[in-house]
Amino acid sequence: MLSRLLDPRTAIFMAIMAALTIGVPVLNGAGLLPDYLVPLLGKWLCYAILAVALDLVWGYAGILSLGHGAFFALGGYAMGMHLMREIGPRGVYGDPILPDFMVFLNWKELPWFWLGFDSFPFALLMAMLVPGLLAFVFGWLAFRSRVTGVYLSIITQAMTYALYLSFFRNEMGFGGNNGLTDFKDVLGFDLQSGSTRAGLFVLSAVLLMLTVLVCRAVVTSKAGKVLVAVRDAESRTRFLGYRVEGYKLFVFVLSAVIAGLAGALYTPQVGIINPSEFAPAESIMVVIWVAIGGRGTLIGAALGAVLVAAMESWLTGVAPELWLFALGAMFVLVTLFLPKGVLGLFGAGNLPAFAKRSEVPA
Amino acid sequence: MNALRTTEALLYLDDVHRSFDGFKAINGLSFAMKSGELRAVIGPNGAGKTTMMDIITGKTRPDTGTVLWDGSVDLTREDEADTARLGIGRKFQKPTVFETHSVEDNLLLALKDDRGVLATLFARTSKAQAARLDELLALVRLSDRRKDLAANLSHGQKQWLEIGMLLAQDPKLLLVDEPAAGMTDDETMRTADLLKDIAGAHAVVVVEHDMEFVKALGCRVTVLHQGSVLAEGSLEHVSADPRVVEVYLGR
Repeated sequence: MLSRLLDPRTAIFMAIMAALTIGVPVLNGAGLLPDYLVPLLGKWLCYAILAVALDLVWGYAGILSLGHGAFFALGGYAMGMHLMREIGPRGVYGDPILPDFMVFLNWKELPWFWLGFDSFPFALLMAMLVPGLLAFVFGWLAFRSRVTGVYLSIITQAMTYALYLSFFRNEMGFGGNNGLTDFKDVLGFDLQSGSTRAGLFVLSAVLLMLTVLVCRAVVTSKAGKVLVAVRDAESRTRFLGYRVEGYKLFVFVLSAVIAGLAGALYTPQVGIINPSEFAPAESIMVVIWVAIGGRGTLIGAALGAVLVAAMESWLTGVAPELWLFALGAMFVLVTLFLPKGVLGLFGAGNLPAFAKRSEVPA
Repeated sequence: MNALRTTEALLYLDDVHRSFDGFKAINGLSFAMKSGELRAVIGPNGAGKTTMMDIITGKTRPDTGTVLWDGSVDLTREDEADTARLGIGRKFQKPTVFETHSVEDNLLLALKDDRGVLATLFARTSKAQAARLDELLALVRLSDRRKDLAANLSHGQKQWLEIGMLLAQDPKLLLVDEPAAGMTDDETMRTADLLKDIAGAHAVVVVEHDMEFVKALGCRVTVLHQGSVLAEGSLEHVSADPRVVEVYLGR
């Protein structure tokens, strides 16, 4: 079983991740790694988890979702709601129950959908359940109606855009434009302290490793072979008796749940969650990470996310006006010269790469 | 033909109509097959051969008419996955194998087994399945290519792999669309022999243009024209039919 999950490249990836999981907190504790880098690295790992989740549906099942940022943001909001409730009477207005923005808007009581979020386990459950449920309803309607290809991509984009606009509205009850912020602590641990930040980093690293393992288990199973069959020749797969919509729905929901968890870890490390996470451009960014890293490889997606996010952090610091040009250039160059992505530089392996197809992708 | 109704017929089509934007692709088609029968379907382009297969496999719904499977199942209500699970296997004119999978995995995916998501997530290849895979690989002469990607097979080998995939499904009825297209004469004759071997245990419908191939099959022939049956019988019988000659040679 383990040898099935850990092909050579995945094994190397796991070893590097294990080293980082231990190394980063240790180096930070010894004063060799600046404090600001720990949550930044943690944020990149959350992006990496999101990228792996997208690669599962895009790289293996051929579902090009341009709305995965929505699942990530929903997970982020679920955790943000818990962190808001945990502030309690320490807010600016000192209301023991209502978050500051509700007091500011003259709300008298907590809306029903905020109930329960004072409990951490409940919030964590919601961070998985809400994205999962949205993916289920959306996927059930779309896949059953056989919406594929660009049409599916467009409606996923519409889905995240609709949420983007909704979350901007104050009446929605999620802090409108400003989103949720000013968090104090999580489970009693101060979010500003170095040890909490190190702890969140370790959790992100562990979640990334678990995500890769779970996704590997899926793609190396017979179900994974069915997914690749769906990707390359969907109608042929139907004529073999496989209910294609069921397979698509399964990976789409699994992927959304993983994205939601990544979002839940993202919020406490970044300290804010706001509607801009739902912006269509954010979801397209995830696709770029996966394409640059190497789709259909899982670990390539993680690599792409970290590479691009690191570039972004560095370039927006030294030459912000150049960043979008650099991103565009990177995307074009990788597409032209590295069709298998950056990971393609490290041996092709035996993964089902995108080869020439027998069926034109719809 | 009515004598077959709901009793002997494995597949039964009666007065089926289907039009696309006013074009009557299928126009009062009636057709019946017994279990284990081998049947060749011929007809000029546009005669409705492919639409007939689409209707049988649930890809296209007829406007009116009866399509019965095993005398009891209404095929007009089923989709592609349903009809495949009922035991109807289909081979397309253009070989469609999963190019990014190995030859072996192509057969494994086709092998008769539980098709549900949970079942395949935790599926392990049993000894019996492994033995069946070996058998199929030998039958379609691809044993030494089992680990190769299907994309790297020759055209003829892909056709054979697809026939192997059909057999792996162990269907009651095989719909085979132009199996000999693009094959060498030798391969064509071997394919005819293979189909004759398969018939008996499975019912087989072969759609074909190549008359040599149909002659080699030596079975009952149905001639389609403008969406309905023009003639049916032995190859000698239908080729002697003046209407068939007219359709094929032009007016």
